[in-house]
Amino acid sequence: MQFIKERFNYLFKSTKGLILVAIAMIAMVTALFGMLSGPMAEMGIREVIVRIFGMKLLPAEREGRIIILYHSIAMAVIAIEVYMVTGLLKMKEFYRIAVRILITVGYFLVMIFGLIFAYWGHVWIFHGIYIAGLSLIFFAGVLLCVALWPWDKDYYIQDKDYSRTKKGVDIERMAFFATAVTTVVSSFFGAVPGSYFGNGFEVVLAENIVRFPEKSVLQYSIIGHLHIMLALISIMITLIIGRWLDFKGILHKIAMPLIILGTIVLNLGVWGVATPLEPIAHTIIYVGATPAMLGALMLVIYGWDRFIREGIAGIPKPTFWQKIKALGSDPLRFGPLWQMVFMNFNVSGIGILFAVRLDEIFRVWPASEERIELTGHWHVLAAIVATIILLYYGDLIGLKGKTRKLYGWGIIILSDIAFASVTIFELKRLFISEAVQQPLVNNLMYMIDFGLGMLLVILAIVMVWRLLDLFRKKGRWTEELKQTDLSAEVK
Amino acid sequence: MKRYLFLILLVSALLVVACAPVDLNASVPVYETGIDPNAWVTVPAGEFLAGQHSKPTMIDYDYEIMVTDVTVAQYVEFLNAGLGDGTLKVSDDQIVGFYPGDEFHSGRHEMEITAQDYIYVPLNDPSSRFDFDGSAFTVKPGYENHPMANVSWFGARGYCLYYDYRLPTELEWEKAARGTDGRAYPWGWELARNNANFYTSRDPFEDMSSFGSRTTPVGFYNGKTYDGYVTLDSASPYGLYDMAGNVWQWTANIYEQMHYRFMRGGSKDTYDNDLRVWVRSNATPTYYGPGVGFRCLRTP
Repeated sequence: MQFIKERFNYLFKSTKGLILVAIAMIAMVTALFGMLSGPMAEMGIREVIVRIFGMKLLPAEREGRIIILYHSIAMAVIAIEVYMVTGLLKMKEFYRIAVRILITVGYFLVMIFGLIFAYWGHVWIFHGIYIAGLSLIFFAGVLLCVALWPWDKDYYIQDKDYSRTKKGVDIERMAFFATAVTTVVSSFFGAVPGSYFGNGFEVVLAENIVRFPEKSVLQYSIIGHLHIMLALISIMITLIIGRWLDFKGILHKIAMPLIILGTIVLNLGVWGVATPLEPIAHTIIYVGATPAMLGALMLVIYGWDRFIREGIAGIPKPTFWQKIKALGSDPLRFGPLWQMVFMNFNVSGIGILFAVRLDEIFRVWPASEERIELTGHWHVLAAIVATIILLYYGDLIGLKGKTRKLYGWGIIILSDIAFASVTIFELKRLFISEAVQQPLVNNLMYMIDFGLGMLLVILAIVMVWRLLDLFRKKGRWTEELKQTDLSAEVK
Repeated sequence: MKRYLFLILLVSALLVVACAPVDLNASVPVYETGIDPNAWVTVPAGEFLAGQHSKPTMIDYDYEIMVTDVTVAQYVEFLNAGLGDGTLKVSDDQIVGFYPGDEFHSGRHEMEITAQDYIYVPLNDPSSRFDFDGSAFTVKPGYENHPMANVSWFGARGYCLYYDYRLPTELEWEKAARGTDGRAYPWGWELARNNANFYTSRDPFEDMSSFGSRTTPVGFYNGKTYDGYVTLDSASPYGLYDMAGNVWQWTANIYEQMHYRFMRGGSKDTYDNDLRVWVRSNATPTYYGPGVGFRCLRTP
């Protein structure tokens, strides 16, 4: 009994244990449900999985299944971010515990009952529990906003290296607060149309309605919701990485107000799509996205400059290659910032290209092509956030030496091969016709499958190691049990 | 350094393979399906369940619809006739025909379709299944009973009008495909690989290492066995073939504030979920591709 109690305490009461559980849950869901589509379906593995697990995949329910699957994974990702935020930032213990309990119970209910409902037949009680789970997560978000309240004097800072007001209000905390508040509001933005369409069982996937000139307010809400939630998850992970890397100095002072401004304007723009402001909503979104991305750029400059300085310390006249070597000497610290830069080639840049040449290029192609571009775009952004989390997690579990390098570079290189291939796949119609595309498609698929497959293998190795570790009396978990305060581990 | 060299060589080798030319004229198996492309069936007036959410919808008239997609042989006959009587013209590398234009509503992203000649089919496109010697069209051997693809919406409409038929509306198409019981596929509720021609359906016309998926002859999935390849009889409740997979099918509707034209049925190039009868795709009416064809409808 003591054996179970100790492990339970680690897994569900410590910051690192909670993160481990959420990553493991996502890994299991990804491994199982990833076998139902794409190459796995082509190879016939889907039929085997469906048969073995007795799944009930009715054709008319596909869109609903996908929506529940996306939400199940997204809720666990949000939980990980919440664990990190509550581990990195000062807050009252009551709030830290309450937020963690609510969000943990919430995402477990969402994942377990949502997926059972979606893939194993419609038992409506399970759907109700799924909704209850989402509601708990919403409430956890509200509590987190209260916990992060930046105007509480307990959280004022005096250190002039960090962005703060004259009175001492921590502007970085304000950025976390703004992101949390807008996330809670934006989840409402999805909950309302979700509830409406869900009750009528008339699901809508955004990629299937983008070309319709007239959309209902609720359809606009769905499109806005998925965009803003991904953007906010990305902004939150940027802030988390900034805190982990102890972002400070002049760039910090410029970046934090920019991120706050960007986050608020971006949200106003996205919420605007469901209002009479819709015709100018995209302009507002661009205006908001620019400062937010500039803020992230400053974090990248700060981090890379620091890594180089640290790496060449003691070398009298460092060469260019020595600086590059210094920059990449620790892939776990370099990786998250590199992935943010890489995202601009794979997500932001492509998104801007879409917007600028929409009618001339992309809308000349069939809608099925545009659907590939859109879904690829969203998947890559979500996956980049996942890799950043995994890189930070590698540091949290204390990977060192060669293992650290292998894990870090493995995630960076493998994921970037996959993401770059997805981007080429999305844009292939720019340079190759349908009739002769198959060899290119095959090779891109090999690269995507290789990149993502090997990345999942790395993740599986880590998960198996962590599982075996739990059976050791003085395993790594016993150390992590004591390390609840992540702010003690900022680099 | 050796490791980097190995990586560079590996990536280069992949790119070389990726750029290898595809033989679009690779030999094609020839099968007689026994399904007559000139046959029509009547869809009786009445209510049916439309769309993904099975909304009861009334079509209060009988109509006749082609049992199969229009074949390459049928379309080539039209091209020769149309070129002979002046209905069609050769313009640059295209066959064009007149279209009277659409009402323009200044919708967002709407492109104005004015009265003028528009492309029916491209000439000299290597993926087309016909040849043109400057005066007459002929079918590439082996493709006579394959669905006519690489045809624009104007070309599909032009064919149907030439014979006093028309394209089906989306609702007419869907009712013909699924009947009245709300099924997801023309043949029923579940899909197997030998029900239809879709991406990696492993039919005898497919080679995923080279040219990928190709069209199958119209009516191929009729329960017959072709050189050991067993098909399931996949006719719709009214006896139509190829209402899922093989080629997307252009439909007639012109929606206000949109210049896009809609197509139904999925194709040889799409995953199975696009074969569900309610799934829609769309494209500009000038678009043509190796996975897009059509069939016609007439009212008694």
